[in-house]
Amino acid sequence: MARRYDSRTTIFSPEGRLYQVEYAMEAISHAGICLGILAKEGVLLGVEKKTPSKLLEVTNSEKIYKIDDHIGVAAAGMTADANTLINFSRIVAQRHFLTYQEAMPVEQLVRRVCDRKQGYTQFGGLRPYGVSFLWAGWDDQLGFQLLQSDPSGNYGGWKATAIGANNQAAQSILKQDYTDDISLDEALKLSLKVLSKSMDSTTLSSEKVEFYRLSKDASGQVGMVMIADKDVDAAIDAAGLAKQEEAQQ
Amino acid sequence: MDHLLGIVGDGFVMLAADEKVAHSVVTMKDNQDKITVLDETKILAGGGQFGDVCMFTELVQRNLQLYNLRNGYPMGVKAAAGYTRTEIAKLLRKNPHMVNMLLGGVDKHGPALFWIDYLGNMQKLDFGAHGYGGYFALSCMDRYYRPGMNIDDAKSLMKRCIEGINQRFLIGGASFKVKVVDAQGIREVDLSDVQVAPEAAGNAMEQ
Repeated sequence: MARRYDSRTTIFSPEGRLYQVEYAMEAISHAGICLGILAKEGVLLGVEKKTPSKLLEVTNSEKIYKIDDHIGVAAAGMTADANTLINFSRIVAQRHFLTYQEAMPVEQLVRRVCDRKQGYTQFGGLRPYGVSFLWAGWDDQLGFQLLQSDPSGNYGGWKATAIGANNQAAQSILKQDYTDDISLDEALKLSLKVLSKSMDSTTLSSEKVEFYRLSKDASGQVGMVMIADKDVDAAIDAAGLAKQEEAQQ
Repeated sequence: MDHLLGIVGDGFVMLAADEKVAHSVVTMKDNQDKITVLDETKILAGGGQFGDVCMFTELVQRNLQLYNLRNGYPMGVKAAAGYTRTEIAKLLRKNPHMVNMLLGGVDKHGPALFWIDYLGNMQKLDFGAHGYGGYFALSCMDRYYRPGMNIDDAKSLMKRCIEGINQRFLIGGASFKVKVVDAQGIREVDLSDVQVAPEAAGNAMEQ
């Protein structure tokens, strides 16, 4: 009966819900998990790589993108929708720099993208964007930040969070083990623990997961850098997660 | 023509602007405050076409306010200057504004002075000037400016520049409004009691 209210994105259901937005979030809950952890000296983004076929030519990350030198984003959901919004946010960030001669503060960028996402839930008759994002960034005002946005256009700042498949399981582990003064290396360890519990695959390796860290380099420049496969594998070995034959605590 | 002067000192920026508004050969007003308070930490001295100056400085002021309301924190000085020059540049081929400005402010990166002209050129400077007064004041500042001057030395330098302008510029007798911005806020400064030490003897190029 409620079906009659959900084909139009821009109207409420009798119970006061926006079904199209909820269906968009449902689409995202099938996507590969992304998690983000805010550490003392940077932000870590980790994703489950879903390679649908060995024949697929992989040239770049399908989930983590650079928006500007100081902002990176992990996307969960429909890749094409993500690409549109990522292109939009790149333009917004550059326009801000052109006008203000400074790096765009992270929350201002996220707000602009979310205002756009919200528009698609209120007018135009078009479906919402089927993407949630984890935004990792640094700005002069608030330092390192981690934000999450979803198809409704809501966003929030987080210390650690996850989106995509099994994100609730991931979130509960993060809630238990996260500490406020966690370092990037400890965050990597924690991420591996979380991913090993919430991913479907039986073994954890650099083929299945990808990590990026947003931090300052030796000269103080902010940048997002991928953690090399060999370093990921080394961390997996160090954590004893290479083979999941024995139950890990 | 308006005289605008600016000096960066130790933790503060001092701006001075003459107070005359002229229309053709008539002095319409001789006590105009040409230094707009943009917000608690920034001041903007504007000169040029008076109507444009009023409209444009107010536009900058209001947009700074809007930014503060939207984001919960004020724009930094460099960002404010960048914004101001971009607005001038955007209007240049649509609705040009004859406004020359000195923007001074203090934020977490310290004091900063930005020189912006009517074409949208912008430079961060230790000291600067707009208008005919600049012809006289800049050489004076070149000679006597030191980085990190205290407030008294800055007042003295500003007074020296103003006296120089009034001595040599064709249209003399300009009175100046002087304002200082520092971490504590913005205040007006009176230079009438400031004594300027006489020119040191010998070659002016020797330090």
